[in-house]
Amino acid sequence: MSSHAVTETESGSAWSGGKSPFGVSYGKMFMWFFLVSDALTFSGLLCAYGFMRHKHPEVWPNPGDVFTHFPFYEGHIPLAYVGLMTLILIMSSVTMVLAVEAGHRNDRKKVTFWLFLTIIGGAMFVGSQAWEWYHFIVGTDHGAVRNFIRDGEWVTDTFYGANMQTNEYGLPVFANFFFFITGFHGFHVFSGVIINIVIFINVLAGTYEKRGHYEMIEKTGLYWHFVDLVWVFVFTFFYLL
Amino acid sequence: MSDNHGHHESHAHDSHGQHDEHHHEESFVSKYIFSMDHKTISRQFLITAVIMAFLAMMMSFLFRLQLAWPGEKFAIINFLLGDKWGKDGILDPGMYMALVTIHGTVMVFMVLTGGLSGTFSNLLIPYQIGARDMASGFLNMLSYWFFFLSSVIMLAAFFIETGPASGGWTVYPPLSALPQAMDGSKLGMTFWLVSMSLFIVSSLLGGLNYIVTVLNLRTKGMSMTRLPLTIWAFFVTAILGVLSFPVLLSAALLLIFDRSFGTSFYLSDIYIGGQALEQTGGSPILYEHLFWFLGHPEVYIIILPALGLTSEIISVNSRKPIFGYRAMIGSIMAIGFLSFIVWGHHMYMTGMNPFLGSVFVFTTLLIAIPSAVKAFNYITTLWKGNIRYTPAMLFAIGLVSTFISGGLTGIILADSALDINVHDTYFVVAHFHIVMGVSAILGMCAGVYHWFPKMFLRHMNKKLGYIHFWGTFISAYGVFFPMHFLGLAGVPRRYYSNSAFPMFDNLVDINVFITSFAILAALVQIVFLFNFFYSMFRGPKSEQNPWGANTLEWTTPMAHTHGNWPGALPTVHRWPYDYSKPGKDQDFVPQTVPLAEGEIDGGGH
Repeated sequence: MSSHAVTETESGSAWSGGKSPFGVSYGKMFMWFFLVSDALTFSGLLCAYGFMRHKHPEVWPNPGDVFTHFPFYEGHIPLAYVGLMTLILIMSSVTMVLAVEAGHRNDRKKVTFWLFLTIIGGAMFVGSQAWEWYHFIVGTDHGAVRNFIRDGEWVTDTFYGANMQTNEYGLPVFANFFFFITGFHGFHVFSGVIINIVIFINVLAGTYEKRGHYEMIEKTGLYWHFVDLVWVFVFTFFYLL
Repeated sequence: MSDNHGHHESHAHDSHGQHDEHHHEESFVSKYIFSMDHKTISRQFLITAVIMAFLAMMMSFLFRLQLAWPGEKFAIINFLLGDKWGKDGILDPGMYMALVTIHGTVMVFMVLTGGLSGTFSNLLIPYQIGARDMASGFLNMLSYWFFFLSSVIMLAAFFIETGPASGGWTVYPPLSALPQAMDGSKLGMTFWLVSMSLFIVSSLLGGLNYIVTVLNLRTKGMSMTRLPLTIWAFFVTAILGVLSFPVLLSAALLLIFDRSFGTSFYLSDIYIGGQALEQTGGSPILYEHLFWFLGHPEVYIIILPALGLTSEIISVNSRKPIFGYRAMIGSIMAIGFLSFIVWGHHMYMTGMNPFLGSVFVFTTLLIAIPSAVKAFNYITTLWKGNIRYTPAMLFAIGLVSTFISGGLTGIILADSALDINVHDTYFVVAHFHIVMGVSAILGMCAGVYHWFPKMFLRHMNKKLGYIHFWGTFISAYGVFFPMHFLGLAGVPRRYYSNSAFPMFDNLVDINVFITSFAILAALVQIVFLFNFFYSMFRGPKSEQNPWGANTLEWTTPMAHTHGNWPGALPTVHRWPYDYSKPGKDQDFVPQTVPLAEGEIDGGGH
């Protein structure tokens, strides 16, 4: 907000009109505010998660007991795989930075290279999430036992893994939130990968070279970093706390 | 022709420049249907909103009949709702709930959010800041069409077998989450959620556009402190929308999952027909928190644009600078900020910790300060003004009246100790209808009368305008003022009929009184509809600056051209409220007039 009266002599100041006060195009500003808005959606969801966890402190599953699988390894290592996934996603943010930087230099070859790595990183993350979900859904070998009343009689059965109604690790609401929030985030990553592929094709086709600048990469880059940042929060809430 | 753009991303504006040079004819579809021009989109929003408002008013007419004469037979109910919901002319109780729900939803979202912001932000932001169009015409077009689709889906629910959603406009779970609970929670509820999701997309696209346009596309000299207060109001409104609607989206998505995918975010310990529901562990209170985090800013999303329009209209028609320009901006921002930390005052009855409740009492009462500053400034602007009572001015003054009388009951409701007594009674209905419903409608009407010459190049009929104003204003108080007494007597809102409670028997007359005024209000709106559509085609042609106003929209030619100004964009030299400035020939000095030697620009003292 402009903090002082703008008189005729000061008409050159950034806020006096005739130019963008932040020196950015409308497209990039759109992306900023869209991300603010999207951040509020995730905040809503994560606050809901916190609310529910606070409501059920005793029966909330310990993530260290739930996510213990690692590919090609029979034993249990708590949270190792999700750590690897997170690392991959953060690395893809690094490659995105490098792609943007190459874009500033109008270096098409380097943009192609780094953007390609970003797409691979994103795809690996989505795949890893599917793998994580798979193990959460299948569950452990021993499962969990439950007692309930059906038609007036006590029934006991064993069930495995988690879905929207049941969760062998504890409260079903944990599974609800896990599927919903990681799914919502995964959908964002998936969209990001698709957008990156579209941009990648444009880079190959030389669209941005003709346009004279690679600002599109910056815009998708903003989105990509945002998705990473959200993951850091999702990761913290679900796995670390 | 891409004049004074300081950056390279100005394709939209360059292309508009070319349009001016070539004058190429556009097809009907690209000009009137899938238009990317802010003026056309604004008119699309307005006409859609007028139709939606009329339908929502008809809904209220039907349930008002039932409330005044419970169980009586009315041919019109049977005619409009058929044998299924209006057998023998008696309103079906489920349909009553559906009408209340859809009336609320349509008025709050389609008319006073989409309609009000969509119409006037689109019309006035580019015009008053001196831009050729919105930052993104394409997204602006999408915003309208998402809005249109959302409106159609909301109404389409009347044509399905189980009828529309009927859990109230807040659609609280578990009622809304369980299709087996009632007809109104079946397919109609799904329609409601789909419609609302589309509406959120529309609102997001529009809001982003408004924010970015105000920040980036102000013409040379148009600093933030030279913006008309309309633009400040739209700008803050858009920020509120961008921050609060996504949280409603989270709430709606979780509700969709509870309804369709068996999750239990909002559901716990529920028995249906003696059988325990499998879903357990959630909390309906969670929904209320998420909903009201949107829901409270939402009421400011509704009222702020109306207040912005009023600021402009009152200043122009008092021929006086707005009193306390900086204080007005500060109040708008303070209201915007506070609106995010008061949502708990909708939830005093949820078993909230009384200490937390008193925190919300405090923050809620704080809002009275900037609101009172605004009301004070309106009155002081009118004070000793050279007032012209145009229909727009009357509506604007009407808004000041209802904003104060509705605001006063807000102080009562903000206080948890008092609120608990009147919670969910007609007192609440009276309060929010007067302070945000009627006020925003009056502000919207003021805007329509004032900017009609800009939108349709013609004037509306003044006499019919006066009939419309006095009819609306008197009947609005006639409808909502007595509701305070119903509420204080304990009459609960949303009940189909109170005839089962003997203690309310002596209040039946009040309901007849209210409904009579509601019918009067409805008849007066027909006058408006006629005036609106007739003047669009047959009204007297307007001159370029009919009100003698300072803002930039009146410097554009009286034709709808792409790019708004045929030549270069205007340069702004002064604030927009130089009315009756001493030493000037005219009683207004447009913003494009350079400051004279030694003249000090207003507003910035």
